[in-house]
Amino acid sequence: MYTRLLRQVLTLRTYSTKADTKVQVRPINKILIANRGEIACRVIRTARRLGVRTVAVYSDPDEHSLHTSLADEAFRVGEAASASSYLRGQHIIDIAKNASCQAIHPGYGFLSESVEFAELCQRENIVFMGPPSTAIRDMGIKSTSKAIMDAAGVPIINGYHGEDQSDERLQAEAAKIGFPLMIKAVRGGGGKGMRIANTSEEFLTALNSARNESQKSFGDSSVLLERYVRSPRHVEVQVFADQYGDAVYLWERDCSVQRRHQKIIEEAPAPGLSEQLRRELGEAAVRAAKAVGYVGAGTVEFIMDKEDLSFHFMEMNTRLQVEHPISEMITGTDLVEWQIRIAAGERLPLTQEEIGRKGHAFEARIYAENPRGGFLPGAGPLRYLATPQPNEFVRVETGVREGDEVSVHYDPMIAKLVVWGENRTQALNSLIARLREYHITGLETNINFLIDLAAHPEFQQGNVHTGFIDQHFDTLFPAIEIKVEQLCKAAIALVLNEMQVFGSNASKNDPFNATPNGRLNYSLIKSYQLKANEKVHNVKVRYDKSTLQVQVDNGAWKSIKSERIADGDRLKIRANIEDSISTFNANIDGTEVTLFLDNGKLSFELVQPKFLSALSEQHSGVGGNKIVAPMPGVLEKVLVKPGDTVKKGDSLAVLIAMKMEHILKAPQDAKIKSIGGAEGDNIAKGAAVIIFEDEEAE
Amino acid sequence: MFKLVKFCRSPITQQIPRYTARLLHVGDADVLSSSIDKNSAEFKENVVEMTTLINQLNDITQQVLTGGGTTAIERHTSRGKLLPRERINLLLDKGSSFLELSTLAGYELYGKDIVNSGGIVTGVGRICGTECVVVANDATVKGGTYYPITVKKHLRAQEIAQENRLPCVYLVDSGGANLPRQAEVFPDKLHFGRIFYNQANMSALGIPQIAVVMGSCTAGGAYVPAMADESIIVKRQGTIFLAGPPLVKAATGEEVSAEDLGGADLHCKTSGVTDHYAMDDEHALYLARQVVRNLNLPSTNSYNEKLLYSSQIANRTVNAKDLETIEEPKYDQNDLYGIVGTTLTKSFDVREVIARIVDGSRFTEFKKLYGETLVCGFAKLYGHTVGIIGNNGVLFSESALKGAHFIQLCAQRNIPLVFLQNITGFMVGRDAEANGIAKNGAKMVTAVACANVPKFTVIIGGSYGAGNYGMCGRAYSPRFLYMWPNSRISVMGGTQAANVLAQITADQRKRAGKDFTEEEANKLKAPIIETFEKEGSPYYSTARLWDDGIIDPANTRQVLGLSLKAALNNASQSTRFGVFRM
Repeated sequence: MYTRLLRQVLTLRTYSTKADTKVQVRPINKILIANRGEIACRVIRTARRLGVRTVAVYSDPDEHSLHTSLADEAFRVGEAASASSYLRGQHIIDIAKNASCQAIHPGYGFLSESVEFAELCQRENIVFMGPPSTAIRDMGIKSTSKAIMDAAGVPIINGYHGEDQSDERLQAEAAKIGFPLMIKAVRGGGGKGMRIANTSEEFLTALNSARNESQKSFGDSSVLLERYVRSPRHVEVQVFADQYGDAVYLWERDCSVQRRHQKIIEEAPAPGLSEQLRRELGEAAVRAAKAVGYVGAGTVEFIMDKEDLSFHFMEMNTRLQVEHPISEMITGTDLVEWQIRIAAGERLPLTQEEIGRKGHAFEARIYAENPRGGFLPGAGPLRYLATPQPNEFVRVETGVREGDEVSVHYDPMIAKLVVWGENRTQALNSLIARLREYHITGLETNINFLIDLAAHPEFQQGNVHTGFIDQHFDTLFPAIEIKVEQLCKAAIALVLNEMQVFGSNASKNDPFNATPNGRLNYSLIKSYQLKANEKVHNVKVRYDKSTLQVQVDNGAWKSIKSERIADGDRLKIRANIEDSISTFNANIDGTEVTLFLDNGKLSFELVQPKFLSALSEQHSGVGGNKIVAPMPGVLEKVLVKPGDTVKKGDSLAVLIAMKMEHILKAPQDAKIKSIGGAEGDNIAKGAAVIIFEDEEAE
Repeated sequence: MFKLVKFCRSPITQQIPRYTARLLHVGDADVLSSSIDKNSAEFKENVVEMTTLINQLNDITQQVLTGGGTTAIERHTSRGKLLPRERINLLLDKGSSFLELSTLAGYELYGKDIVNSGGIVTGVGRICGTECVVVANDATVKGGTYYPITVKKHLRAQEIAQENRLPCVYLVDSGGANLPRQAEVFPDKLHFGRIFYNQANMSALGIPQIAVVMGSCTAGGAYVPAMADESIIVKRQGTIFLAGPPLVKAATGEEVSAEDLGGADLHCKTSGVTDHYAMDDEHALYLARQVVRNLNLPSTNSYNEKLLYSSQIANRTVNAKDLETIEEPKYDQNDLYGIVGTTLTKSFDVREVIARIVDGSRFTEFKKLYGETLVCGFAKLYGHTVGIIGNNGVLFSESALKGAHFIQLCAQRNIPLVFLQNITGFMVGRDAEANGIAKNGAKMVTAVACANVPKFTVIIGGSYGAGNYGMCGRAYSPRFLYMWPNSRISVMGGTQAANVLAQITADQRKRAGKDFTEEEANKLKAPIIETFEKEGSPYYSTARLWDDGIIDPANTRQVLGLSLKAALNNASQSTRFGVFRM
């Protein structure tokens, strides 16, 4: 304990003198935001409040996006691919200089942790709103950062961080550390280049796999080995440092619940920690920051054993993180404001003692992805988008509006829903309630999953750890069962949607509409076929005088009264189904009928007449003999050409979607008729990629 | 300016209470008052009796909707074919009402042969914003062959189309004339051939004729698509030929399948008899909608399904009428059950009926104090001005004169007429005859016959004798005529007829010096009363197409509204009356 304290004092002294010499006091009244999406919007909002003018940059697909339109000025930065736009450091600096910006806010991702960019800014005399490049470099290389942390008295986890990357050495070190152990890319992050070996037999395979991925992603195949904590929690501390060598912590966040090694729901403070442990975490994090001469917003991540609550340094993220709002919510701060002020050379706005903590906050990340399909990322248009009403306790951090597109080129995050409550239970209840009000159609999202997750008894208890989703997989993904009542609601939505036109005066005055679907001396029965969960349901609706009668799959007729409730353009319905009243929103978009119910979104496909699909095939000149893109992506490689004869199972093309390869294989022996695009083309979901010759010429 | 101020301050204007002037403009003075007592025993009894009749009507309708029965329907649908009413539902705009005509045609008409709905479904519905007449064969009923009543119903639908200038869509699925009854369907003026005569002449008048071949179109039937302006055929389902394979084999020995002889491929690719090739029923109906859409009628041009169903109807061309708020009647239409009852001898004030049909129950009566047994006045129906003529008792000379005058007014002003018929006839007796009831009645009949405005008749009670003529019975070509289930129609009441015949017999006996006992008289009268009772029934009438359907009294407003809307497609023309005998 004593030695640790001593080390702390030493490091403090070393860096505070060094920092003092670097201080630049420079008023900032115009900044460029080298990012897009919600974080760009987030930064713009605070900057505007502070009277700081904002300059956005946009790639081609972002020309009309929200961040572009919110900023005071916006400049094109290049084409869709990040490498040709948001990663063009020099170009961005040129834009900043031309637009007379004093500083660049990098957001997160993109250039936010680029040593080169931070250095470039310095050379070009533009303030980089982040830590010094040295801190980024120190923290960016895992083995280096661990050594520094160890020296600074921050607990680290056992492992091998050595230069010798030979299989033999690694195998030997692995045996020393023991299994299970984790193999991590030295330059890795976000789960890339990371593998777990449970036994020594598995080790070499996992090692090679980690190396390959790391090489592909980071151009470097060096790995480190670490003890693997079986039930780990991911607890991280928000820190802030100024140019005068002062640093504070703004409490911790728990980000344990992850899928694909990426965070999905975060909370602050971390549940189940004692006040003392919180302070220890915070102080360790401040030590870590100071050890690298940190400046600005940063996050020190710890791996915490769920059982004994011991914690070890994992890494430091040298940027403002996605989940920063929950720290803001419990401390009543605006971290972007802090970033701007500190970049301008001000001192930290609050001392450690002044930083309070109140209540509990959650952040749920709403992603375009398919939780039931292995959380596969998605993309597509936001055809319908309704968010909860933001207020003091509810924040909707987003960079998209209804009608926008979630692009295949960037992160598929749609929004962050941030809620605050007096305590964890209250905050969690609010989170679930607000998630139910988050309505999106047009693409698959994880909202339903988030509702199930937040409502999960174990989550409610705060029993979180990084393996949470795997452990509770069965209860988090119960089998989908379509209930009669849900089909009744879908029918009501269809009927009311058809009826809405009949509410106008023009219609009431028109006898052919005044009694919709009127028939003499009998009631019209309409049939709908609604498909959900791969099953087609037959729903019949009878238009009786004052009620609707609905029959599902030849079951009993249900008596229904329903009305539309005013909700702007939205279809909000109050329905009385067999004397049970409920209220829900619905949306009908072409053939898609979507209900927003208590357990989330439920979509039905209105089965269309046969001739429509036959017609569309006729128009495209295809006889159903084709391979369509399973998800939106870029056609990476075409392995065949028209006229080729292929065998069943042959690889025909490679589609890259969300940085993942999908190989399209021949479903049968066939002859290639045509290819639906050239290499490098963007392919929409469902578009024909490979078209075969018709087997039988009709 | 100075003068104006002075004027405004003048003591005279200050003395006049301001609301006096207002009352004249927005008052409810024209709202009919109602004096019914819903708690009276009579009202309640009436409700019970009428409800029984309505239930009977609905039950018979349900029974008729089964078409040719389960087996036939099974056979029909197993081939992927839709039933006629399903076809119509898909053909019409979403939400459109369908004014089905004479649903009970053919009811108990051919003894053991059940020809539900006459084997054909007809009516007026809206397609792409345009009111159209739809004629759909029901192939489950006797193979869709034409019985005499089928022909009559088809022709009546065409008559409605022609009178109201409504495009016709024929959903053809018929085996042609019913051979055993060919003598009753083939040769006469208003038989099978008239269908094609009408098609040709309507086409000449610019009334579109569209045929969708969804089943067989054999022999004469082949002319429905062939005479149409535009036609659609369903592959492997529709066939068109003058003679079917059996007849061809008999005539020439050629063996050919129905599909090769007259299927969709042949007629769309080779013969050109049909214009559009459909894959199935749904496709054919979709194509039919597209055809209507391109008729270049104002209503089809303004029709925008997308806008219509994204609640942005306001973007459509809006005329002033669209914006008015139309008042529903102030009184519950279901009260009609209790007001009218089923006993024709009980009288009721026709104003109570009018109050439950017209907008806001507002009725401006004409000559209220003169000829009081005929109620005439102006009202609005879904915002359109109509003249209403209703009976409150037997017609006297004054009533007939008043009626003739009112009809002249409406014809002069192009106002459609609605007749609410509940009439035992014109007054009889020496006084009446001396007052010229014959010529005065004739004046009303002349006025009714010649008035060239859309006329609508609802028989709400009795329809007897010349009263039927004066009140625009079937022979006076109202655009639409409906009956309430409690109504009766005959030349006179059964009891009166029996009494007349008994009196004549008694007179004959008397001349022959024979006795005519009470017993004999009753024996003579009973079958006559029975026959009149049977033949006077609305079911007897509607089965023979003496009307366009039996309607629920509570639906009268809606049905008249639909009929009026359909009729307004043919605006009134100028009227020239015949000689009024003065």
